[in-house]
Amino acid sequence: MRNLLFGFFLLLGMELMAQSYYPTNLGTKTENSHYQAFTGVILHPQPGKTVENATLLIQKGIVVAAGTQIKIPKNTVIRKLTGQHVYPSFIDLYSSFGIAKAQSKTGQGRSTQYKASQEGGYWNDHILGNYQAVTDYSYDKEAAETYREAGFGIVNTHREDGIHRGTGLLVALTDDRTENDRILDATSSAFFSFSKSKQSNQSYPSSVMGSMALLRQLYHDADWYAGGNSPTKDLDLEAVLDQKSLPKIFEATDKLNVLRGAKVSRDMGLDWILKGSGQEYEQLQELKKYGNALVLPLNFPKPYDVNDPELLDKITLSQMRDWNLAPTNPAKVAATNISFAFTMDGLDDSSSFLENLRRSVANGLSKAKAIAALTTVPAKLIRQSNRLGVLKPKAWANFIITSGPLFDLDTKILDHYVKGNRHKINDIKQQDIDGKYSLQLGSHSLQLKLENSSQEDEIELTVTEGDVEWESSLKYENGKINLSLSSPDGLSAILEANIEQSSRIAGTGIDLQGNPIQWEANQKTKDNKERFLVFEPVATTFPNNGFGFKTPPQQQRLLFKNATVWTNEVEGILTNADVLIGNGKVLDVGKNLSDASATVIDATGKHLTSGIIDEHSHIAASSINEGGHNSSAEVTIEDVVDPDDIDIYRNLAGGVTTIQILHGSANPIGGRSAIIKLKWGASVEKMLFPNADPFIKFALGENVKQSNWGSYNRFPQTRMGVEQVFVDYFQRAKEYGKAWTQYNQLTGRQKRSAKKPRYDIEMETLWEILEGKRFISCHSYVQSEINMLMKVAERFGVRVNTFTHILEGYKVADIMATHGAAGSTFSDWWAYKYEVKDAIAYNGAIMHRAGVNVAFNSDDAEMSRRLNQEAAKAVKYGGISEEDAWKFVTLNPAKMLHLDDRIGSIKIGKHADLALWSGHPMSVYSKAEKTLIDGVIYYDAERANAQLDVIAEEKKILIAQMAQAANNGMTTQAPINSEKREFHCETLD
Amino acid sequence: MKNILLLSLCLPLLVWAQQTPADPQSESILISGITAHIGNGTIIENAAIGFDKGILTYVGAAESAPASYSKTIAGNEQHAYPGFIGMNTTLGLVEIDAVRATDDEDELGEMLPHVRAAIAYNAESQVVESVRPNGVLLAQVAPRGGRISGSSSVMQLDAWNWEDALVKADEGIHLHWPSPFKRGRWWLGEDPSLKRDEDYDSDVEELAEYFANAKAYRNSHRPKHLPYHALKGVFDGSQRVYVHADYSEEIKESIEQLIKWGVQKIAIVGGHEAPKQLVLLKKHQIPVIIPRPHRLPADEDEALKSTFELGATLVEAGLTVAIEMSGRMERMNTRNLPFYAGSFAAYGVPYEKAVALLTANPAKILGIDQEVGTLEVGKKATLFLSKGDALDMRTNILSHAFIDGRELSLESHQTKLYKRYSKKVN
Repeated sequence: MRNLLFGFFLLLGMELMAQSYYPTNLGTKTENSHYQAFTGVILHPQPGKTVENATLLIQKGIVVAAGTQIKIPKNTVIRKLTGQHVYPSFIDLYSSFGIAKAQSKTGQGRSTQYKASQEGGYWNDHILGNYQAVTDYSYDKEAAETYREAGFGIVNTHREDGIHRGTGLLVALTDDRTENDRILDATSSAFFSFSKSKQSNQSYPSSVMGSMALLRQLYHDADWYAGGNSPTKDLDLEAVLDQKSLPKIFEATDKLNVLRGAKVSRDMGLDWILKGSGQEYEQLQELKKYGNALVLPLNFPKPYDVNDPELLDKITLSQMRDWNLAPTNPAKVAATNISFAFTMDGLDDSSSFLENLRRSVANGLSKAKAIAALTTVPAKLIRQSNRLGVLKPKAWANFIITSGPLFDLDTKILDHYVKGNRHKINDIKQQDIDGKYSLQLGSHSLQLKLENSSQEDEIELTVTEGDVEWESSLKYENGKINLSLSSPDGLSAILEANIEQSSRIAGTGIDLQGNPIQWEANQKTKDNKERFLVFEPVATTFPNNGFGFKTPPQQQRLLFKNATVWTNEVEGILTNADVLIGNGKVLDVGKNLSDASATVIDATGKHLTSGIIDEHSHIAASSINEGGHNSSAEVTIEDVVDPDDIDIYRNLAGGVTTIQILHGSANPIGGRSAIIKLKWGASVEKMLFPNADPFIKFALGENVKQSNWGSYNRFPQTRMGVEQVFVDYFQRAKEYGKAWTQYNQLTGRQKRSAKKPRYDIEMETLWEILEGKRFISCHSYVQSEINMLMKVAERFGVRVNTFTHILEGYKVADIMATHGAAGSTFSDWWAYKYEVKDAIAYNGAIMHRAGVNVAFNSDDAEMSRRLNQEAAKAVKYGGISEEDAWKFVTLNPAKMLHLDDRIGSIKIGKHADLALWSGHPMSVYSKAEKTLIDGVIYYDAERANAQLDVIAEEKKILIAQMAQAANNGMTTQAPINSEKREFHCETLD
Repeated sequence: MKNILLLSLCLPLLVWAQQTPADPQSESILISGITAHIGNGTIIENAAIGFDKGILTYVGAAESAPASYSKTIAGNEQHAYPGFIGMNTTLGLVEIDAVRATDDEDELGEMLPHVRAAIAYNAESQVVESVRPNGVLLAQVAPRGGRISGSSSVMQLDAWNWEDALVKADEGIHLHWPSPFKRGRWWLGEDPSLKRDEDYDSDVEELAEYFANAKAYRNSHRPKHLPYHALKGVFDGSQRVYVHADYSEEIKESIEQLIKWGVQKIAIVGGHEAPKQLVLLKKHQIPVIIPRPHRLPADEDEALKSTFELGATLVEAGLTVAIEMSGRMERMNTRNLPFYAGSFAAYGVPYEKAVALLTANPAKILGIDQEVGTLEVGKKATLFLSKGDALDMRTNILSHAFIDGRELSLESHQTKLYKRYSKKVN
């Protein structure tokens, strides 16, 4: 029967291959319009719905009816499938099926490519909007089989290359048909990412923030283009406009980029579908707020091998937690009601897809949501709800037949029909009998080990008696097993059995002495490969790493008693003084204060100061430089703040409360900066300093000239050129501003006939500077360039707010004071490059005495945690008073950032951003004991210390879980510790 | 404070050429009214220190000091310390990090025991003169790179040339133990995560064979083999092997192997994971020269101040501990060496023992403890006076410094510019 049926379907398939309007060379042009009915099935027509003893009726690859009491037409081939389950087949929205990988461009040589190679399209090679993956598509039979085995009958495939990747296509994975049948939609969706195209070496963008700016600019440009404002053709922009109504899928490579994708999507009104990281469980609140649909991978991390304690020691708690928590990700996302689909992408072994799906369900995902994430949700997202993901009339006949309920461990997919075309997956009669069995054969106690039994002709048998292996052979076909055994002394037995259940195999045969016997082999252990344990999930923290908080710390009303208080105000340094804080503000400063509702902190012998402010930091960011152009005013560090960076906590431990994360110094005009408060555990939005004036990084000297690395073809290569870059950009920004001002003054009617200026994020930013709405912090070293920038700025009516590094500031301190520029310098760095040959530790002192507002900054994740000691060097080198030296790291940088009305001193009404020191704040022996921001204790030395035990304890639990997982047969991975990169000014991305 | 500043502001005209090495001590000197930090863990309050012809002749209570000295310096309650010793520095080997032409620290090749740091030492380096005003008067100058980088020498930092800077030539060989782990180079698209290095065993074997050959060479000497010849001293104890190793496994394996190979004197340079090998280190009395505390912890779960706490852990275990300088901007940071010791003191090392990290301990490791490292009669008069605690940046303000009794200049390119531009700007 089976063979007959198979043959019939093969024939049917051949016939269907011919399209109705195609000529044929066969004898007759026939069309098969028979029906097929699958009866007696347990039908799951849509998520959450089950119909027992149902019938599925299909014709010409389309569902005709599904349910009970279905009238079966006479010309129907009926297949009776009692007790088997039928589900709609799955849809993978994120795939690169059948599309050759993009070829890397080679042979760049020494020079960097700044211009696009492509013509006719956008100015950036990484925007491939006009590309259609269907032009490179060819059906990949082997990959299709892999997909079908995992349950996927439909893939939405594209070429994984570029920032705008062009469009993808929707393909039905059915063999023995033509592409006419398989391609359901040739341009089903558009794809995006932050990763550059491999096909071009064009250097821009070199960073995530550059990719984000590029995508935003692309959509601004498309709008402008749509208005008929462009004098030239742009095929990519036209494609972007054509794709307006298509679903758009963005691939994020990690958890932070998921939120960044959501941000770009929101900013540009795009409603992107985000391909997630698998760590959404850490970001549920924010994802819910954004509301984008997600495509979730099921590539759960393997447990770490616990047998290499030295290497295991280098695995962080957050890595271990991710192993434990990843399987809970789908359930947690589901609980937020965010719409999500699953993808097979990211799995190195496709056979683990179903396993991980089941693991998700075992970890709390409802079966209905699991099915929905594979069927109705992706169908809806790809706008094919009526034809895909459900079994109802007119839908494509895409379904799987399973041996049992899908989420049962032993259940196998037996058949996969795609557009009515049958693909056999597992032989129904071929039960999986893998495992270890015991068999008593006369006086011999034998162990049988069976492997690969579900693969036809590939079954393997090992027979042992104690340590001795017996020779054996085995045939397993059509549910029947034939087994022959030879004992070491040369006697043979022949056994056979019909497999009815896998736990006990029983049958007849001939024993070693040639006598007929009844025999049975009992399963002792089932093969482990399909088993998994469900581990108690550990709690996530804020942020989700070792030093994260169990619950976010709260604002407190506190009274510090009997401290030495460094007010940074006219009151100076008060001894035996009290400070009361509440509602996040300083409420009172004085002696003998009391407050009934405040918690008292005895600060006897301790010093209380306002929190340290670092004007120049590169911690807590995923990228620092966009060096692809000599100006990158369009990028902002606010896009790439990393709120989980442990350096935030380490900085708190040094009494730091506010930092400016500056763009690096790869180019004369860098990116916009982010000013954040170090609210450990808060989201990026909550860390950003509210209502702070915006800043931008400029840079001069060796870095922007690219003197110290091998790049010789980017303008400028000299300080002469650097000046012209600023003059050029300022001039263009001035003209840009003029054009917009004129345009904005037009009446509505005039506007209709006028050409609208192009909205340019970079020029907008520079225009803000000219308008006095954005402020410059400029990386600088030698006196010539410092003076130059002040003169250029003055020509355009701009004041340089801050020179940072400013190591030769002492040579031009008088000019700086006249210009009104502040100096944010290092206490004592020098000799690391030629332009700091004359850098001296007395720089701060000289500038201070010349009337320049001076700060010491870090530019370094390590130094920033001891800026209090750097301040002491102003006392040592140049004899600045202790009170003034302390302001170098508190009040003075607050002034530079225009925040001294809120932070930088202890004054009634200012933010309660404080550090409590064990002794004199500038002593090498003092430590920050508590660090507060807005009245919240974010760092407490005792808590940090106690946390070490908490970390060790949780690691112990997780290591025990991983050991158990390994013992249970789960594949492990070698412990790998991912290095955290440290950023400086010169880091190139 | 202000007065000192004023005074020093008046001095430049007189002492413009002070970076010229000082002349030999011409008259006996007694400094009295000071707190003397001996360097060996002890302290003498209200002390006096006398020296003549470069040698300490009196260290003790001020009131008992003989009156026979030609010159007396009023200590004014300042603190006296033995000259601080920088370990594993590259002072004088590189002038400006980014200028390749000034870089002489790392020779091409893997096995270079015959390469000598001493002869590349630039006695007139502006960086060298900038470290003396903070109390660093002696330095072990060592080469970098390769498996065996070459030999280090002890230099004093007030000299005309490398030859008269030499305190002890070629006292040690620097060996970088193979790492059992490796990382991919992310900038080449490799996986940057840490994993076992499959080459580790063969790297160690290669090293074993190299040492076996060097040892065998001692019995033949013909034909002359420069590298093996340069390793001779490690087998008879006249040279120490400085093993650069941070991981616990490296520390353990290197000590066990080197002892097996016949190496007499070993020191660990680095030792981030030395706390895991205390028993072994103690058993073989291996000194550990620990890195600057101004580093970040190895990973996000490590104690926030782990790098500061390392000092106390090893000192409490009874090991001989000193501080090494390698790392980012290491030469210019040598002037911060005193504050590294201060930081170790802040995290548990008793103060006088923290002083020893820069004085007695490195002298002992270098084998020059008979001459320098402590303020004891008969040793060299290599010391300085600081207005306050020299391990704290606020109070590390030197008034005098002596090497072999010669009073050296505390001026530098930096102070020269300070004075010049103070006049211009104010």
